[in-house]
Amino acid sequence: MYKYDEYDHAMVDARVAEFSDQVRRRLAGEITEDQFKPLRLMNGLYLQLHAYMLRVAVPYGTLDSRQMRMLAHIARKYDRDYGHFTTRQNIQYNWIKLEDAPAILEDLASVEMHAIQTSGNCIRNISSDQWAGAAADEITDPRPWAELLRQWSSFHPEFSYLPRKFKIAVIAADEDRAAMRLHDIGIQIVEKDGQHGAAFYVGGGMGRTPMIAPLIKDFVPLDDMLSYAEACLRVYNRYGRRDNIYKARIKILIHELGADEYRRQVEEEFKHVKSLGIDPPKAEFDRIAAQFAPPPLDASAPDAIDRSDPDFAVWVDQNVAAHKAPGHAIVNISLKPIGGIPGDASSAQIDLMADLAEKYSHDELRVTHAQNIVLPHVRKADLYAVWQALDAAGLATPNLDLISDIIACPGLDYCSLANARSIPVAQKIATRFSDLGRQKELGELKLKISGCINACGHHHAGHIGILGVDRKGTENYQLSLGGSGAEDVSLGTITGPGFDEDGVVDAIERVTDKYLAERTEGERFVDTFRRVGMAPFKEAIYG
Amino acid sequence: MVEHIHSDGEEPAVTLDAFLSQSNATAVRLEPDEDARALIPHLDRLALIEVAFPKFRDGRGYSSARILREAGYAGELRAQGDVLVDQIAYMKRCGFDTFAPEKALNPADVEAALARWPEHYQGAADGAVPIWKLRHG
Ligand code: HEM
Ligand code: SF4
Repeated sequence: MYKYDEYDHAMVDARVAEFSDQVRRRLAGEITEDQFKPLRLMNGLYLQLHAYMLRVAVPYGTLDSRQMRMLAHIARKYDRDYGHFTTRQNIQYNWIKLEDAPAILEDLASVEMHAIQTSGNCIRNISSDQWAGAAADEITDPRPWAELLRQWSSFHPEFSYLPRKFKIAVIAADEDRAAMRLHDIGIQIVEKDGQHGAAFYVGGGMGRTPMIAPLIKDFVPLDDMLSYAEACLRVYNRYGRRDNIYKARIKILIHELGADEYRRQVEEEFKHVKSLGIDPPKAEFDRIAAQFAPPPLDASAPDAIDRSDPDFAVWVDQNVAAHKAPGHAIVNISLKPIGGIPGDASSAQIDLMADLAEKYSHDELRVTHAQNIVLPHVRKADLYAVWQALDAAGLATPNLDLISDIIACPGLDYCSLANARSIPVAQKIATRFSDLGRQKELGELKLKISGCINACGHHHAGHIGILGVDRKGTENYQLSLGGSGAEDVSLGTITGPGFDEDGVVDAIERVTDKYLAERTEGERFVDTFRRVGMAPFKEAIYG
Repeated sequence: MVEHIHSDGEEPAVTLDAFLSQSNATAVRLEPDEDARALIPHLDRLALIEVAFPKFRDGRGYSSARILREAGYAGELRAQGDVLVDQIAYMKRCGFDTFAPEKALNPADVEAALARWPEHYQGAADGAVPIWKLRHG
């Protein structure tokens, strides 16, 4: 894991001091809310319906147990004893007092954490593959590349007042576990002539106009990566639309210019930027990469798993994934208990996951964009002990990637922009499909819910997506089918007229029944949908 | 050191159009939507470029400033308009050396803001040595 050196510490400390001063000036009335807003946003502080919400950055989703315990401490001390893990691999606290924010940031800084650039029209926290460093299918660990980008983008003087927020994801496997092409810049580390380089996909995003990022450059060598990113951003900062907030994301610029014209402008800017000497030497990459060296795994760890406890075996089959090292496995902890709030964890649960990471996973945890937690490096021989501890804490729901592993935004329960509630719908769907045999029969089915068109819950990328819309003051839900945020990326199609809260649950049941009737051997829901199209599903829903 | 108020009696800055079409003016004002690169052929006869920030949220002027400095402009580069204390450290890094805020800034806050950052992660237009270079010499 990356460890701060004196420079990183000094930068975060300076930021805490700066923000404490800004809060002081705001509380003293020296700056207006309008002037304070972008400052607090760049420090992760949102004003929600009932209170401030603080969003803490978890760079590329990686944490150690000390940091995880600090997250529990903050939930306990400053919030209501729980935190909410988000689709951007961060954690949010929903009940924060402005006066407490500087103290929280100081607590975070003591464990090398912060809330920098988790919000605002700047380059946000960089996200990555939650299995980085452990996945059997990666060509290299993407996190050193992400860390280079993190440092480059932190307090970037030119790109802190962009037209709109800017999100970057970095992966290094063909299987896309980070929704890479739905980011403003999605980077895939690829290999060419024995060298690793970055493929740049630019202009993806969700929101009201979802777009899949086109490939802008198939191979940017490591030595050029920051210059290339700088060129991509400069073209956007200069020419991205600022007349209409809904058209301000880079996806709109690229859509309006066309990918070829955008690429031409970037290449021209890149030629110039490259002459400025902003790319660090290979030695800096090597310094970072050394800190992501694989943990000292037990080379003689046995490969066999004792499956005699049937409940344990069910969990292993659903929530445990292949590790690149023999005798080891990746444990996925579901934060989606049936009827619970997707992504929420209590302080006690957060502490327990920290303990398990320390004891069984080389002190590492990950947050996933599907709002779950990962223990990346567990010996297979330890899986049973891990499972028992998780089970006792209500954290062993064996539903990874099944219909009840729902992504849901905070919706009308918290969010001032919401049209409709997301959480109760997620709870009703999970409850309707609570029978595990039925869920497994349906197989991989990614269900995603957003409470409004901003699409924080990734509904466009759901195999089944639900969008809350406001119809004459009553909550109404639109259903879409066939989206995906993975390597088979696609955007969902709306089925037709919307439903009320119970109606949408009924409609999903008709959709899944139809799938079971139509599918051929080995087809996932989304495969069947792609093969047969919308018509049979529409017929099943609306008659 | 950075100057916070501009002096009286200087030549008024003309618009980019006026500058390009006539003139022997030595001071020009650049609006956010104007291309800083249009000035590149003329940099050696300019003494002042004033970059307008009608709204502090509009960050195009940061790119304009860097482009001008990267092209070798060595004269006065002024940020004018909705220039707030919380933006000036970034502005300075992008190459601005004077500020003409619409609303006067508290000098103590300005000093604190400019002294805030011990080092910088990335290279920009202020000549600061980036952290990666400090690490590797
Ligand atoms: C107070 C609560 C929140 C507010 C006001 C808010 C606001 C917004 C807005 C306005 C957008 C649309 C941006 C655009 O299209 O330009 C957006 C998109 C998004 N938000 Fe949120 N959000 C909130 C909470 C969350 C939470 C809790 C998460 C994570 C679980 C989240 C993750 C996202 C994601 C992934 C997107 C889509 C990104 C994209 O368009 O590429 N947001 N949010
Ligand atoms: S999708 Fe809409 S309702 Fe949900 S969190 Fe985002 S802004 Fe709020």
